[in-house]
Amino acid sequence: MASTTPTQTDTAPPVSRSERSTGRAGDKIFAGLSKGSGILLLVLMASIAAFLTYRAVIALSKNEGNFLTTFDWNASANPPVFGIAVLLFGTVVSSIIAMVIAVPIAVGIALFISHYAPRKLAAPLAYVVDLLAAVPSIVYGIWGALFLVPQLAGLNLWLDQYLGWTYVFEKTQIGVARSLFTVGILLAIMILPIVTSVSREVFLQVPRMNEEAALALGATRWEVIRMSVLPFGRSGVISASMLGLGRALGETMAVATVLSPSFLISFHVLNPGGGTFAQNIAAKFDEANEFGRDALIASGLVLFLLTLLVNGAARLIIARRKEFSGANA
Amino acid sequence: MAKRIDVSGLSAFYGTHKAIDDISMTVEPRSVTAFIGPSGCGKSTFLRTLNRMHEVTPGGRVEGKVLLDDENLYGAGVDPVAVRRTVGMVFQRPNPFPTMSIFDNVAAGLRLNGSFKKAELADIVEKSLKGANLWNEVKDRLNKPGSGLSGGQQQRLCIARAIAVEPQVLLMDEPCSALDPISTLAIEDLIGELKERFTIVIVTHNMQQAARVSDRTAFFNLSAVGQPGKLIELDDTDRIFSNPSVQATEDYISGRFG
Repeated sequence: MASTTPTQTDTAPPVSRSERSTGRAGDKIFAGLSKGSGILLLVLMASIAAFLTYRAVIALSKNEGNFLTTFDWNASANPPVFGIAVLLFGTVVSSIIAMVIAVPIAVGIALFISHYAPRKLAAPLAYVVDLLAAVPSIVYGIWGALFLVPQLAGLNLWLDQYLGWTYVFEKTQIGVARSLFTVGILLAIMILPIVTSVSREVFLQVPRMNEEAALALGATRWEVIRMSVLPFGRSGVISASMLGLGRALGETMAVATVLSPSFLISFHVLNPGGGTFAQNIAAKFDEANEFGRDALIASGLVLFLLTLLVNGAARLIIARRKEFSGANA
Repeated sequence: MAKRIDVSGLSAFYGTHKAIDDISMTVEPRSVTAFIGPSGCGKSTFLRTLNRMHEVTPGGRVEGKVLLDDENLYGAGVDPVAVRRTVGMVFQRPNPFPTMSIFDNVAAGLRLNGSFKKAELADIVEKSLKGANLWNEVKDRLNKPGSGLSGGQQQRLCIARAIAVEPQVLLMDEPCSALDPISTLAIEDLIGELKERFTIVIVTHNMQQAARVSDRTAFFNLSAVGQPGKLIELDDTDRIFSNPSVQATEDYISGRFG
């Protein structure tokens, strides 16, 4: 029947009913599908949050230590004592190191690809950067442990010697570079592609007429970038950084492979040891009993909240200067 | 301050395509010269060769000479950036920097040229906005974004930005084509005032506008699509619109083609 309808409608001069009704049905199906996807997402988020909260509450109610300040993770012991202080510290510090290293480099690469490189070079270069994102994180971990850790011994020595007075780069403990600093470098490499490609897309979207406005005033290439490209791309770079930060906060395998876990907090970032939320979960999950897993889930909930907080902060920063964003140009 | 432009044997290319062919003309200081002609005849391209903006288009290339008084803009060792600081430009669509305030937009060119004291900067910004007949409308919201203004106001803001650096020449590429008649009138009045101080070249599709604002008019044409554009004639505006010496000009201004 369906095959005969089109021929009939083709010959009928007025808009046929069947044609209109397929249009409406299509509208309805599409509206239903997109609404359904939206609702599904909310349901998923809500159920993940509910699950995490439920299991976390079980664990927290039996914790003998202070969840926020205890420097230990003995969830399977009796009585259980565990706290996230070290994990929170390690996660935040390694991510900050990663951001400090990766964001300027990523913005530089993105500017080079979008505004400096000849076209023939720009496309392959962009492709290579994207390829970095395709490497599985466990491969980064193995590379980090087998190559980066021994290679960084020299850099650590140098930093200790010349920047040791900053306290942060003072190395007070002997040992291989299985430190938060090394993890930060590794994470920087891992988040480089996402920050670069999002920034590059934003820089490419700067309206030609904004750049010409600067050029016509007698701006050099760098001044064009400073006057029109960077301000226009600012919110995009922040979003890109937050995407990268999200990945850095939650990275598991690479960190677990490189870091030598310990339950100490030290601002000497070159000292070996430390821990992050994801690394701790990966390291402890297999051997944990039912209750131990609940405790790990509680730490996962904190990571979840931390990521939400970071994203919220980023949105605030972007919204604060919305008037000047160029969106209303 | 205003300088004479002397163009000889100028051709411009996009890659291998020749867009304008062998143009020579003189533009007098403190006058308004209008470029008219059908779409694609190369009048905008020619305009952009006068401040070396043509070459920022990928593949853009220029042959010939443009003398600003006695200095060849395409001479060896001439920095295009320096050229653009002496030859200002206003574009077809208003393009204030969307991320800058009204004040910063006007000050943008000055800040490129060197450091100014705060009071000095404020003086020049006020003078430029007054020069662009915009001061009264924006004096209470100088730190608001320039993109919040109406189209006509934005275009006058762009003119203020261009004249703030005291250029020798002001190029305008269809500055009113995106504006309503009232804003257009405001800009046309402004052009009349600005020609006391600057050499002005304006590209326009609106022949009445050319007749209203310009002292001299140049008619450009192309023999066929894909052929390079040529300068047909340049004469006093009165003569071009009453008694042009070339038949094609007469055909164009009387609406027989184009």
